[in-house]
Amino acid sequence: MMASTTDLRRFPGFLAITLTCLVVLYAPLIVVAVYSFNASTSITNWGGFSLTWYVDVFTGPDAPKFQRAAINSLIIAVCAAVAATSIATAAAVAMTRAGRFKGKTLSFALINLPLMVPEVVTAVASLVFFSAIGFTTGLLTILLAHIVFCIPFAYLPISARMQSIPDTYEQAAMDLYATPRQAFTMVLLPLMTPGILSGFLLAFIISLDDFLITNFVKGAGVETLPTAIFGSVKQGIKPNIMAISTLMLGVSVVFVSLSWLIGRTGQNKK
Amino acid sequence: MGAGTSSHIYEGNAPRLMAPSWIFIGFFLLAPVIMMAVYSFLTKEFRGGVICEFSLAAYDQFFFDRGLFGDEPPSIEWTYIGIFWRSIWQAGLATFVCLLIGFPTAWFIATRDRQSRSIWLFLVTIPYWVNLLIRTVSMKFLIRDTGPLNEFLLQVGVISEPLGLINTNFAVQLGLFYSYLPFMVLPIYAAVERYDFALSEAAADLYSGAWTTLRLIILPVVKPGIIAGCILVFVPSLGAFLAPDLLGGAKTFMIGSLIEEQFKGNAGNWPFGAAASMILLTIVLCILLVYARNQNKREIR
Repeated sequence: MMASTTDLRRFPGFLAITLTCLVVLYAPLIVVAVYSFNASTSITNWGGFSLTWYVDVFTGPDAPKFQRAAINSLIIAVCAAVAATSIATAAAVAMTRAGRFKGKTLSFALINLPLMVPEVVTAVASLVFFSAIGFTTGLLTILLAHIVFCIPFAYLPISARMQSIPDTYEQAAMDLYATPRQAFTMVLLPLMTPGILSGFLLAFIISLDDFLITNFVKGAGVETLPTAIFGSVKQGIKPNIMAISTLMLGVSVVFVSLSWLIGRTGQNKK
Repeated sequence: MGAGTSSHIYEGNAPRLMAPSWIFIGFFLLAPVIMMAVYSFLTKEFRGGVICEFSLAAYDQFFFDRGLFGDEPPSIEWTYIGIFWRSIWQAGLATFVCLLIGFPTAWFIATRDRQSRSIWLFLVTIPYWVNLLIRTVSMKFLIRDTGPLNEFLLQVGVISEPLGLINTNFAVQLGLFYSYLPFMVLPIYAAVERYDFALSEAAADLYSGAWTTLRLIILPVVKPGIIAGCILVFVPSLGAFLAPDLLGGAKTFMIGSLIEEQFKGNAGNWPFGAAASMILLTIVLCILLVYARNQNKREIR
């Protein structure tokens, strides 16, 4: 019986396809990471290991441009993630703890709207809107646009987490004369922390990654890391771009690993 | 929903708690989209922008040659419909290839033991979180004529001259497939993980072979996951901008590039760009609506 159960799970070739899948997913990233350490000035001929291009990223002629872009990206990602996470937490509390209310279905649709509208349409619509209401494009417009499309990404893990926490703990707290505020900050919030953290990380990465919407609402002179990279790639892939890409790749991997580990600790507690 | 969520601790507070999301999304997404719908019916101003004068020129330009209201009889203008059609075809093909690779991968991962399952899943997820621009640039670097792939194949002696992959439809195809493959794996994985293997056992007891079981039992049961994966790949592929722009070059126009050109590029025709955006949005919303309707039917059953 055991033998037949394991057999039923297996199809010939599926392992090979899975490995192909991973090779396809990783090959371009690994190739770029490897070539970013290339000593040769011609970017495809291997000339030995070197950190030249990493030094160039921090001290080369393009360094100030990329540094400013990186700082912009970080400021926007942190602010957008904080704002989106707060907004999403409030929404998740309403959706899971407030019972039925007028416009609940509509609210749910609205929260998910940024996921449904194609990104290029969101980008264009934001551009049209900001220019129509006379908003000067710049950091603020980028931030506002980012908050909006980060909300559903923060909302998903937070509400998933909340749905798995019965509200008996909060009721018990309130039976013991905790105010609703205390019940929230001392009971619900600590229980929700893993969800909130992973929501925050998702929102942060999503904002950091965005190219298309930023490109439309950024206005002249303001760059984030992706738009600066895009502008540079348009003139050809230079080795310093590969170094920057590899650095960003490393940051993403660290963040995903963090988010994964947090998610796992959350699961173990259950 | 657990039974515990039924006491409605925050009853009455919903409007206050929901207000920030209503305001942000309503003001900075819903309003802009509505505004763009309006723009698509206005007259264009040269060098971008619109004049507040009702006009069907944008849709007219999209669908008809010589104009619907001109002196000569109008005929269908195929240029833009062609771009949409090619985008649908490219996105559809990318979805199909993602499914061919994604289903076996998801199946394989979902049937490992708990520990290795989470490691495999983690490996598939990482590339998704790497910046899409960087992934697309990496792909461009890998496949260009003087890139490592050609270099390698030349060295090995499989080919005698570079493949000439870059700036082709195939490159765009590859880029789309590469961008959204993880989107296909994850929902199918979730569906397979819930699959009850007693069904496979029952089929085997009735002398069904492995592939017959796959076709007649497994695929229908995990279909919701497959459909979700297809939508998650198809919809962003349809409006993709980076893959056609960086991998396809000027020759392989897709909807995203068409819209971009109207607002940022040389064309500078906002109503036309708005109209193209509205048509794209309509297609996407129709797909999602059909999907949601099927979902509901499934739940009712």
